[in-house]
Amino acid sequence: MYTLLLIVLPALAALLTLGLGGRPGHARQIALAGALAELIVAVVVWTQFDPAQGFQFGFAFDWIASAGISFSAGIDGISMLLIVLTTFLVPLIVLSTFGHSYSKEASFYALILFMESALVGVFVATDAFLFYLFFEAALIPVYFLAAIWGGENRIRITFKFFLYTLFGSLFMLVALVYLYFQTPGQHSSALTALYALNLSPAAQGWVFWAFFLAFAIKMPVFPFHTWQPDTYTESPTPATMLLAGIMLKMGVYGLIRLLLPIAPVGLAEWGWVAIVLSVTGIVYGSIIAIQQRDMKRLIAYSSFAHVGLMAAGVFSNTLNGLQGALIQMLAHGINVVGLFFIVEIIFSRTKTRYLDHLGGITQRTPHLTVYFMILLLGSVALPLTSGFVGEFLLLAGVFEHNPWLGAVAGLTIILGAVYMLRMFQKAMFGPRSQAAETFRDLSLSERAVLVPLVIMVFWIGLYPATFLKLTEPAVSQLLRIVNG
Amino acid sequence: MSASLLVLIPLLPLIGFLINGIGFRRIPRGAVGIIGSLAALGSFAVSVVVLMAFKEAGSTPQVVSLFDWISVGELSIPFSFQIDQLSLLMLMIVTGVGSLIHVYSAGYMKEDEGFGKFFAFLNLFLFFMLLLVMGSNYVIMFIGWEGVGLCSYLLIGFWNKNTDYNNAARKAFIMNRIGDLGFLLGIFTIIGTFGSVEFTEVFRQATGLPVGDPVVVVITLLLFVGATGKSAQIPLFTWLPDAMAGPTPVSALIHAATMVTAGIYMVIRSNVLFTLAPATLEVVAIIGTATALLAASIGLLQNDIKKVLAYSTVSQLGYMFLALGVMAYSASMFHVITHAFFKALLFLGAGSVIHAMSGEQDIRFMGGLRKKLPITFITFLIGTIAIAGIPPFAGFFSKDEILAHAFEHNKVLWVLGLLGSIMTSFYMFRLLFLTFFGSFRGTHEQAHHLHESPTSMTLPLIVLAVFSALGGFMGVPEVLGGTHQLATFMSPLYEGARQVNPAAFAATTLSHSEEYLLMGISVVAALVAALAAYVVYVRRDSVPAPETQERPALQRVIYHKYYIDELYDAVFVKPIRTLSALLFSFGEFFIDLVVNGTGTLVKVLSGQLRRTQTGSTGYYIFAMVVGIVLILFWNLLLR
Repeated sequence: MYTLLLIVLPALAALLTLGLGGRPGHARQIALAGALAELIVAVVVWTQFDPAQGFQFGFAFDWIASAGISFSAGIDGISMLLIVLTTFLVPLIVLSTFGHSYSKEASFYALILFMESALVGVFVATDAFLFYLFFEAALIPVYFLAAIWGGENRIRITFKFFLYTLFGSLFMLVALVYLYFQTPGQHSSALTALYALNLSPAAQGWVFWAFFLAFAIKMPVFPFHTWQPDTYTESPTPATMLLAGIMLKMGVYGLIRLLLPIAPVGLAEWGWVAIVLSVTGIVYGSIIAIQQRDMKRLIAYSSFAHVGLMAAGVFSNTLNGLQGALIQMLAHGINVVGLFFIVEIIFSRTKTRYLDHLGGITQRTPHLTVYFMILLLGSVALPLTSGFVGEFLLLAGVFEHNPWLGAVAGLTIILGAVYMLRMFQKAMFGPRSQAAETFRDLSLSERAVLVPLVIMVFWIGLYPATFLKLTEPAVSQLLRIVNG
Repeated sequence: MSASLLVLIPLLPLIGFLINGIGFRRIPRGAVGIIGSLAALGSFAVSVVVLMAFKEAGSTPQVVSLFDWISVGELSIPFSFQIDQLSLLMLMIVTGVGSLIHVYSAGYMKEDEGFGKFFAFLNLFLFFMLLLVMGSNYVIMFIGWEGVGLCSYLLIGFWNKNTDYNNAARKAFIMNRIGDLGFLLGIFTIIGTFGSVEFTEVFRQATGLPVGDPVVVVITLLLFVGATGKSAQIPLFTWLPDAMAGPTPVSALIHAATMVTAGIYMVIRSNVLFTLAPATLEVVAIIGTATALLAASIGLLQNDIKKVLAYSTVSQLGYMFLALGVMAYSASMFHVITHAFFKALLFLGAGSVIHAMSGEQDIRFMGGLRKKLPITFITFLIGTIAIAGIPPFAGFFSKDEILAHAFEHNKVLWVLGLLGSIMTSFYMFRLLFLTFFGSFRGTHEQAHHLHESPTSMTLPLIVLAVFSALGGFMGVPEVLGGTHQLATFMSPLYEGARQVNPAAFAATTLSHSEEYLLMGISVVAALVAALAAYVVYVRRDSVPAPETQERPALQRVIYHKYYIDELYDAVFVKPIRTLSALLFSFGEFFIDLVVNGTGTLVKVLSGQLRRTQTGSTGYYIFAMVVGIVLILFWNLLLR
């Protein structure tokens, strides 16, 4: 029943926030408490979790019993990792807003918590329709966060984002309904029932593409990414963090949980197109990032490039690629939330995110420089930091699949250094800019966000076994299903 | 040998880094230098103990595994160290020369506001460099490899208010990363071929392969790409001269004595693989020779004291690769060692000069410094003689050994190598004479301020001078009545390579008279070049032309470093920037257009359905759930 608690707890906290968060400052405290409670539950679950045991702590309620559709969920190693990611990041995202006061505070924080519920739901659902329900439900809070609290062009941009992802999801729904009717007897929408289907190669082909579209838009994979840089840039930073840190992982997770095991023949036939698109995205996104002037947009493109590598790793259909994708999801979530927070810190003090207006910040705040540098090193995959293990395994996986693609994907380690160091240098080094003149040092709440992130950067980098061991049995199990 | 003792070697610098890094601006200046230097010296002391223990225990290699670092399926990458002849030699250089440079820095950087930060970075560098040479597999080596690149970046851009310095730092990191990609792809190929990255396992399996095996050629070429980045060889050498933006002790430690020799270490470490790949070795020899000549020729005309030394370093590294290319692995290592002594000495000497000159680095504004800086002068002179290859100083033995092997392998390589060593002798004596001889050409203020450096700086100079003078005696060849202790010590490293290609390790076929002749020629050549420099810069007292003066075509090309930076800028940097701008403006717009177009098409085709799109989220969700329910209902009724 832990699983149910994990889904429900943030939603309850959200309701509490709405109900009691009337007075200024109250809402965020309640939200933080709720998110921390969720984290504690997650840690308890983690300590009791046994990676070798498959799905655990599950529950199943009849939903539409006669139709074989149940409200069922459980946690395996893959889910556990993403729960750790989600429940670790949400309290930090809430805490990251403490220096800022939002209008309609109670709703703002309630939406973040509702979002957490939906995200956890996606990662634990073991029924395809339940997965779909949460997958769509997660879109709603973040849509409102972006549309209400976003920047100037928020309405146009968030609408595009909304339509785009809804469009992708429709394909998934059609595919799921189709698959459901293919199950024998009474029909069932349990994931295991869908895995057991024996589809014709032609059917697998279009199921592959339907899932691919849905998840490729969510991540996003080239060329379905044009909603992403605008949305990341225009959204309020906490929403950007939710989008980049956690929500895009729904797409990668969907590939692993649905696409690979349900359409292995489709993968064998069409996987090469998907992997070529993914690798194209790595290079394309990285090259665009090189010339960006807005820090937020630069990180948005970098995130797009990084997620391309994760997708390529998944499509490589290798143990290295999948393990790499999983640990990279964790690492990327931490790095990207950290980097967006750094941008927010700089923006809150200088009122600009434009690199041309910044410079010499390090002279005012050496502490920020250190945190920024560590997160950046994690992002450019320096060994012993978070990004390396994932990128190493991902590239090894893609290389195993096809050495040439591996070599092209490997350009990320060069291009990543190019755009990241340029950003760092322009913001932090050089002669002191006007904007940096009155730069305040970090506040206590800002440090409280950055310190846990930095600890995770080193934990993943120094002792990745914690996480690799968590997911390996589940991934091996999955690969057995995929490869027969 | 206990594991905890080994772990101390990299751990001490790491602790030093943490103390000085976290305590930056809170720890008093005096303590900073002591903590940083003690961390290095402690590491050196432990290394010496380990070396003793190793010899006592019969010189058998040892692998000490700490924990399982990355483990996925069959692939296991332990965090483990390997102690053998090669890692011990590197340990001695890195911690030994490293300690001296730490002590020197305590004096040199004392006035700098970032003193604590500087020592923290220096310690961090040692930590990564030690991982690099101690790792028992390619991935641990890669950790160190990238880590020293980071420290190099941090220290080149140490004075980060200066945009040029920051650019130099960034350039170094990125060019290194290009090489690193090659290294990484090499590791992946190794994993694919051998299923392991552990040295012992990979080399054990490799001895079963035939010479010229194409996969091994690919692996070694990829590894060599990594080496060209870290060790500044063509085409990835242009970052090293720019790296002189960093404080001078950094140039001595990272960009002369230790980090840049990592590529040579890597090749010697992988000697089994390289011996199996004659095609790669040819490439290594050619690139090495070409780099040696190209850099030496640029060095002839440089006027910045550190730039001359930087090009000299690139050139000397070229010699080391030439040696590797002709399978003279021990000779290459010999030159790594002697070069570490004399080049660290020369850089620190240059630092002492710059210190005295209040920051001036242009030798056109120096001259006659030998009277004011006697210790610096004498030690610099020793370094110059050593690098020029004049016996019995260190450089003579190591360089001569390389040239002799080159001669045996291919006479053309020998001629080119000799040409390089003539240039080396000339530019080094040119530097020496312009700096220390003649009359002072700087300002009155500078002349007034001229002084010998404090003991913390001169002491490391003296120690290094002694090693530069005597270091060659560890490798006296048999023809001169020696036993070449170094080669004997290193011999067990090539057991595998000897197995796959016994001919490569046979005794020299040169007769004693031939060997004498070769030595004679190179010594005379070096002396003549030194004499020529004397005539031009002391007798005739000529000073290199000022910046503004028009130069003859060939000279201009060389003076501007063959315009290679400009070439890279035009061929790589600018096109990528243009592409970036193009993709951002047109590429994104075009993709959006196509996607939106498709979307519109779908909308038009589904004309009626469109009316249901009210834009209200709640409505959508409602419609969705209703839809699912309807479908299910329909299905159930049907049955």
